Amino acid sequence: MGVPDDLELFEQMCFLRHFEERADSLYRQGLIHGPVHLGLGQEAVAVGAASVLRPGDYSLGTYRGHAHALARGAPADAVLAELLGREGGICGGKGGSMHITSVEHGYYGSYAIVGAHLPVACGLAWAARIRRTGQVTVCFFGDGATNIGAFHEAVNLAAVWRLPVVFVCENNWYMEYTPIGDVIPVALPAADRAAAYGLDRIVVDGNDVAAVREVVGDAVRAARDGHGPSLVEAQTYRLKGHSAADGGAYRPAEEVARWRERDPLLRTRATLTAEGTAAGKLDEIDARIKADLAELARQVLARPAPDPAGAWTDVWSDGSWQWRN
Amino acid sequence: MAELTYRQAVAAALAQEMARDDRVVLLGEDVASGGVFKTTGGLRERFGADRVWDTPISEQAIAGAAMGAAMAGLRPVAEIMFADFYATCWDQVANEIAKVRYMTGGQVSLPLVLRGANGSGGLGFGSQHGQSVENWAMTVPGLKIASPAGPAEAFGLLAAAIRDDDPVVVFEHKALYGRKEAMPDTGPDGEHVLPLGQARTVRAGRDVTLVGLSITVGTCLAAADELAAEGIEAEVIDLRTLVPLDAAAVLSSVARTGRLVVAEENPGQLGWGASIAAIAAQEAFGDLAAPVTRVSGGNVPLPVAASLEAEVDVSVSRIAGAVRGVLGASRPLSSTG
Ligand SMILES: Cc1ncc(C[n+]2csc(CCOP(=O)(O)OP(=O)(O)O)c2C)c(N)n1
Ligand SMILES: [Mg+2]
Repeated sequence: MGVPDDLELFEQMCFLRHFEERADSLYRQGLIHGPVHLGLGQEAVAVGAASVLRPGDYSLGTYRGHAHALARGAPADAVLAELLGREGGICGGKGGSMHITSVEHGYYGSYAIVGAHLPVACGLAWAARIRRTGQVTVCFFGDGATNIGAFHEAVNLAAVWRLPVVFVCENNWYMEYTPIGDVIPVALPAADRAAAYGLDRIVVDGNDVAAVREVVGDAVRAARDGHGPSLVEAQTYRLKGHSAADGGAYRPAEEVARWRERDPLLRTRATLTAEGTAAGKLDEIDARIKADLAELARQVLARPAPDPAGAWTDVWSDGSWQWRN
Repeated sequence: MAELTYRQAVAAALAQEMARDDRVVLLGEDVASGGVFKTTGGLRERFGADRVWDTPISEQAIAGAAMGAAMAGLRPVAEIMFADFYATCWDQVANEIAKVRYMTGGQVSLPLVLRGANGSGGLGFGSQHGQSVENWAMTVPGLKIASPAGPAEAFGLLAAAIRDDDPVVVFEHKALYGRKEAMPDTGPDGEHVLPLGQARTVRAGRDVTLVGLSITVGTCLAAADELAAEGIEAEVIDLRTLVPLDAAAVLSSVARTGRLVVAEENPGQLGWGASIAAIAAQEAFGDLAAPVTRVSGGNVPLPVAASLEAEVDVSVSRIAGAVRGVLGASRPLSSTG
């Protein structure tokens, strides 16, 4: 399978951008029950990393994980139905925005307890190692997650067991409302901790999808070739608040403006036009995707809510829930 | 005192206690800027950076540091943002904080408070942010447990928890933070403190005792209103704290009504309601005209989609239905001796 080219990556990022813009607007219309965390502005990390994975590889993400799931191929209608509490949700309506999972696409879940999934990523990678399948696991998490014990236990275990796992820290410089610099004693949350686990210090511009593809690609190759784990810090920025309910007022306007100029979509667009792609073609792609997603939202909204009886399934492997006779 | 929302009541109780006792210090994620539920607003500005500390996302460090600071004589109040996150620092809470006084033969005191947002309330927070977990804490002797049902309780119970010399876990309900009410008259010193271990009769009634905690107190009251229209008079008791438990309040009510329905938001397979029911079965057997009945959250993890969530959450209609069932199943008391 070939690695997707810049135009394909642009399309994918464009898709995530419009998906999340749509989700944001649906949330603001009161159509989404429960919290929603948007990764607007961070698309290049999910897309760049997914572009170097093979179908059987594993990945895991966070509650800010629509992009992590969609970039692996999770169907947009099922993800949207999950957000909107409609029939056909990818987790049957049981997970919601924070807990998207698509096992079929190797996406083993969005985790909403910060750091919980790093040890889980170790387990997936360990199984691949034991069975010598050549599968690689990629685990996304935030800068704030580097302060929880599970991060340190997982990275240590992965290093000691030489597990085929790539930890990708999406450093968007904030844990909720607190600048990450206020709660770490080093400059960079992941990169400056790597040495403690005998790993290389790897930093990548997380708003440059080609750079992410290259750097994560190297790490994935190393993992696949039996050289053990990597810890990659992808520096990026969320263009909106921590959750869709947060206006993000704690961030200086100049800072937001500076990062807006480094929007991954603008950057890829500039690369593509410089390489000779007509701007009009990119505009067409953008407009088509936007219209497709508007139509998708209409279709999903027209579906009924999940049958309440569905609440009483899936506790046990036989589909039932009873705990006593 | 003025009208306060539940979240303002939390902040006001913290302010009252911080002003009264400079050993009271706060720590937690984003607490300096007011916290994600806006329960610590203005405290950093008023009391300074030495009293209000932002932490990394490190629940073990938060709970453990609260313990150490309490050992050293401070009275820390640690925010665990969502009560579900107790699972990430359960060693500190269940193995260390709950046990250290006992294990040291009484040498060590831990006058600390752990507090944060608990419960479902139909907000779509799901399996990892929407659980009601008072029952987790209740399995561990050594932890006191308060779960306020309204702003006055949120204020008074938190103040009492801070003054208490033992560890107290305060479960605030995230769906109640916006609720507003007038604070009752304060004590002679102008302070508002409610004793731990004293239930409150929220509504008097002769036919059935409804016992609730936190959000289910309101659900019980709404059910009582619905039943009143049918001529059924329900007494509603707010337990306010699970440990210490005001069992006497429940038993004396049951002695009058002869019927008991307990409403708890957590799954019923091991909820606090089971302990209430067992106490009633054992100590009020002769008073009971009908089986004790529990209404609880479904025995499933909490789903997010509104149609599924409503299916498993405790509701007015389920409580009212349980009461009708209890009345229908009643036997004449004279035959039970
Ligand atoms: C164990 C735990 N503690 C606290 C939280 C509340 N919380 C949710 S997201 C978040 C900030 C995470 O920041 P970061 O890891 O940088 O990821 P980002 O949200 O920026 O993508 C916090 C504190 C949580 N979900 N889990
Ligand atoms: Mg972050």
